[in-house]
Amino acid sequence: MSAVLKVRDLKKSFGGIVAVDGVSFNVNQGEILGIIGPNGSGKSTLFNCILGQLRPSGGDVHLDGRPVTGMRPCDLNRLGVSRTFQLLQVFPQLTVRENLILAGQEHRGGMLSRLIGPRDAGLSASADRMLDFFRLTHLGGELAGALSYGQQKLLDVAMAFMAGPRLALLDEPAGGVNLTMLVSLRDRLRAINVEQGSTFVVIEHNMDFVMALCNRILVLAEGRVIAEGDPAHVRRDAKVIEAYLGR
Amino acid sequence: MTRRRTVAVGIALGVSSSFLLVAPFLFKPYGIFILSTWAVMTVAAIGLNLTLGYAGQVSLAQAAFVGIGAYITAFLTTNGWSFWPICALAGVACFVIGWGLGYPALRLQHHYLAFVTLAFNTLVYLVFRNEEWLTGGIYGISNVPRPSLAGWSMNGAHAFYYFCLAVLALVASAIWWLIRSPWGRAFVALRENPIRAQSLGVDTRRYTLMAFALGAGLGGIAGALYAPLVQFIDPTPFALGLSLNLLLMVVVGGSGYFFGPFLGAIIAVLLPEWLRFAQGYYLMGYAVLVILLMVFCPTGLLGLADRLLTSTAKAAPVAAPEVS
Repeated sequence: MSAVLKVRDLKKSFGGIVAVDGVSFNVNQGEILGIIGPNGSGKSTLFNCILGQLRPSGGDVHLDGRPVTGMRPCDLNRLGVSRTFQLLQVFPQLTVRENLILAGQEHRGGMLSRLIGPRDAGLSASADRMLDFFRLTHLGGELAGALSYGQQKLLDVAMAFMAGPRLALLDEPAGGVNLTMLVSLRDRLRAINVEQGSTFVVIEHNMDFVMALCNRILVLAEGRVIAEGDPAHVRRDAKVIEAYLGR
Repeated sequence: MTRRRTVAVGIALGVSSSFLLVAPFLFKPYGIFILSTWAVMTVAAIGLNLTLGYAGQVSLAQAAFVGIGAYITAFLTTNGWSFWPICALAGVACFVIGWGLGYPALRLQHHYLAFVTLAFNTLVYLVFRNEEWLTGGIYGISNVPRPSLAGWSMNGAHAFYYFCLAVLALVASAIWWLIRSPWGRAFVALRENPIRAQSLGVDTRRYTLMAFALGAGLGGIAGALYAPLVQFIDPTPFALGLSLNLLLMVVVGGSGYFFGPFLGAIIAVLLPEWLRFAQGYYLMGYAVLVILLMVFCPTGLLGLADRLLTSTAKAAPVAAPEVS
């Protein structure tokens, strides 16, 4: 199986504090990799280094065999890498449909064609399909800021998939989402994985969610990988129980 | 846009357009001059609204671009050049300079950026004042000719007013198109959350520079209109005071609202004239009005109107469904 993402010996320090300390892993095509670990273990910093939001202190990131270390987030996105953030990041002043169109428009043509082309950048039908897929059709014309937290979370995730990414990095997609919405979110993510063959990396604290969704799990503690394997293996790992899951 | 809002905007637009078309017949030449100034300043404020209101980049340099446009026009038209290519040149020159000024915005935000643009405005003002060989220094450039189009002279107050109004309509239409295009959506994303925008593929660097450049370009076009309007330019009107006044127009009218600069320019250009009956107190009254507005409605007049329309829509009783 080919590796979509290869992370080698990635490091990130803030002054004397080492947030990510030589993390290496691969993500294979079509895989859903979970990353878990206690607060402050470096999960989000790892994402930010992979995605160009932070410049790593050391190490390399390869996408489809191509070095992308330190590449700008917008360039990475156009290479097919999308993400969500730990905190909600929708655009409250735009409607739900416009949020989705925005999430796909920069993949359509050049700057000039986006200026003189259609207002929806030819994405209305895709946005409607995405609204339908995430059961948000009835909210398409509402301002994103007027939605409930759970609905905004769904929108946030939907935006990450609007451009049909090869690889999506989701930072705590289940955070603050109620149980009903959680099941819906998990089902949607699974469906995208199967139907579009998308590859995911998911940071999550909700163990039921991550164990049910992911094929493989990476456990971080103090910026290092302390365990890696399938959910059943990780759940039994003594170091993981000690550092994170508890007895 | 809700139906109620569409109707309100339609009525306001119809009434104000009709008024602007017949206005020259209602006023004396000074009144027409003030209305022409309003149109010119609205063009400059539309540019600043694009940079600040839509893209969220603070700029205190708009007066510098109006000045650059005005000086280019005054210098070249008094040396025999035709107005039309000069007007385009003024816009393009300011676009290029604005693009350059946008680079600090890639590293700085908020008041830091405000200070950089303020320094730029001061620098340009000093060039206008001190480089006498080029700009005429404090003596300025006089006898700036007004343009003519296909033999139709715009020397008269009426003709030049309609010309300013036509340019304003053209600029407003172009910006209306722009903010409704994917660019407008990207500008809003840049203003609201640049980090998320980047993660969705929005090249925030390019859009930031473009927001500065387009805003500056419109400042240049406003300057190209201003020079033949007043027919004499010197450095004084292009000092920081005008940048602050243009900022006031955008903020008071409603930053990020399409019609904000139109309304803001009424407050900043026309209101002081209407308050002249108060003689020495008019500036104080004007200042108090602005303070009250900013305290009670920081989103500007259109923000206030928006809030009122929303609250009346919510308060309106819901009609009982018909039972057949």
